[in-house]
Amino acid sequence: MILKDIKELLQAEVISGEDSLDLEITFAGGSDLMSDVLAFGKPGILLLTGLSNAQSVRTANIIDAKAIVYVRGKKPDDEGIALAKEKGIPLLSTNLMMYTACGLLFSHGLPGVSGLSFKK
Amino acid sequence: MSEESVLSQNFEIVGRDFSNAGKTSTSIKEILQEIGIDHSIIIRASIALYEAEMNVVMYAHRGTLTLNITPERLHFKLEDNGPGITDIDLAMKEGFSTATDEMREMGFGAGMGLPNIRKNADRFEITSIPGEGTTLDMIFCLNKTGKK
Repeated sequence: MILKDIKELLQAEVISGEDSLDLEITFAGGSDLMSDVLAFGKPGILLLTGLSNAQSVRTANIIDAKAIVYVRGKKPDDEGIALAKEKGIPLLSTNLMMYTACGLLFSHGLPGVSGLSFKK
Repeated sequence: MSEESVLSQNFEIVGRDFSNAGKTSTSIKEILQEIGIDHSIIIRASIALYEAEMNVVMYAHRGTLTLNITPERLHFKLEDNGPGITDIDLAMKEGFSTATDEMREMGFGAGMGLPNIRKNADRFEITSIPGEGTTLDMIFCLNKTGKK
């Protein structure tokens, strides 16, 4: 699944990284707790989070996340956006709640961090 | 094998400065990338460092991180002047946390920090004197010997 598909599925707005929408995303994980992202995330993850301070982007950069989708209409602050641009991490924002956003992506075939994927 | 230092550098971390929390780890990750350290080691080292840096920001007034790189290993020593840890075994348990609401609002304080540092480092030592501070030693092996 490419980032553009994710943008459309989640009816998301692109905050930065408009030119990276062809990025291939192979798995995703959702958490508001950066402690858990650091403990359970893996390089290449699409991170869904409702934490919108600069820590979300710093954490994503530390674990080599591919992109971030902010849920519940959250948007990162200017510092977070600047770091994301510098590190080439696209940022999207959707008004959907965490559960719905994750469920939509999972049911459209995007696996979780463990590799577990949706089966009809 | 030589233990000669390739790079040695100190970084000051300011406690309670949440807006800058994580910047030191971000800078060190860039240094490790520039040197050309193996990607999987960079990820493990960056995660451990970031957790350790957040602990200093959350609990101490200040901390000093010393980065020392030799051809064989990365060594990070982080000394802080925080309240110290009375029961290290308890602090090492996943889920144990003394975090405040402010820390949790930053997305931290789930009680995963120290266990996650131990998981990622090839060697990890923690010493603490209540009322004085805590010292962490984290070592990442650059060759196969001792590597996780």
